[in-house]
Amino acid sequence: MDFSTLFIIIIGSIFINNFVLSRFLGLCPYIGVSKKMDSALGMGMAVIFVMTMASTITWLIYTFFLNEATSIFGIDLTFLRTIAFILSIAVLVQFVEMVIKKTAPELYKALGIYLPLITTNCAVLGVSLLNINENYNFIESIVNGAAAGVGFTLVLVLMAGIRERLEYSKVPKSMKGMPISFIVAGCMALAFLGFSGMKF
Amino acid sequence: MKAFQEFTKGIIKENPVFVMALGLCPTLAVSTSVQNAIGMGAAATFVLVCSNIFISLLKNLIPSKVRIPCFILVIASFVTIVDMTMEAYVPPLHKSLGIFIPLIVVNCIILGRAEAFASKNGVFKSVLDGLGMGLGFMLAIMVIASIREILGTGTLLNIHLLPASYKPMIVAILPPGAFITIGLLMGLLNIVQNKKKSKAN
Repeated sequence: MDFSTLFIIIIGSIFINNFVLSRFLGLCPYIGVSKKMDSALGMGMAVIFVMTMASTITWLIYTFFLNEATSIFGIDLTFLRTIAFILSIAVLVQFVEMVIKKTAPELYKALGIYLPLITTNCAVLGVSLLNINENYNFIESIVNGAAAGVGFTLVLVLMAGIRERLEYSKVPKSMKGMPISFIVAGCMALAFLGFSGMKF
Repeated sequence: MKAFQEFTKGIIKENPVFVMALGLCPTLAVSTSVQNAIGMGAAATFVLVCSNIFISLLKNLIPSKVRIPCFILVIASFVTIVDMTMEAYVPPLHKSLGIFIPLIVVNCIILGRAEAFASKNGVFKSVLDGLGMGLGFMLAIMVIASIREILGTGTLLNIHLLPASYKPMIVAILPPGAFITIGLLMGLLNIVQNKKKSKAN
């Protein structure tokens, strides 16, 4: 295992190709759940957890059931990729919800309401598909999933901080709410564009 | 006349992108050029109409407790059809839309219409609703894409619109341009709506 490749994946997914600001994945929760700092943190933690788990499971499913060369059936089922991934993510989220509810009620209270939202979060399906497209191996996929989740949480929390301040600032009437949030997101994306200079 | 309203409501009054703020990810991601926007809009409209037909036909058979997984399964099947068809016939477009074709599955517009409309209405109305919402989505991406393409490259559908002396504003086709364009457009729509309201009063 080459440690430097993992490092490049981590920096790449958090900063250079940030899921929200450069790949446009997971915009709905980014705009929807970024009004308050604590809900942004809760959502972020839930996303990191689910994205890591989803990367693990979808990689295993793709490698052992769908891909012809490595499958245990020996037939090419890659056309089932989209259906298999979205179903396994939905099942995974439901399962995680049940486990957390039973074993850690405190954590469930904090994350519970965000978990159902995550099934239709395109960042989760997105990271699963990207892992396959980039030909990542098992470890690289898990690391990429976790790093993408961290990147998502980072910009979500930053955005929540800015929006809490926006409440008290003078914004033109027609720009209040969603429009100004997009302009702020644009400025953040501009700042993150600077990271693309970090080429390895 | 009422059926016609089901069709037109999605285009302006209940526009999925500008009014309801659904399906933002593909809207911003593929609006780098008008060509991509049309491709994405057509693909999403096809999936939306087909899944609306299927779900309104099956609405009495699907138990309400497992309806969301069932809807997702129907939508995922049509997305797979679109994905494979585009890969076969328009490979360059398929490549430039990338993972956003399989991601139509999690597009909130499609699941939203299945849940809010097709599972409660007949086939004919659901088709009209799907077509209207799909066209409204396509229109929204095309508006954003035209602005970004003209500012960012000086062309529209590969035809040079601006004089050669125009220096392209490259930031418009980069990610920040997408966010700022949609923010300004939503603000503009708010101004129009506020004016309408004050006139009505």
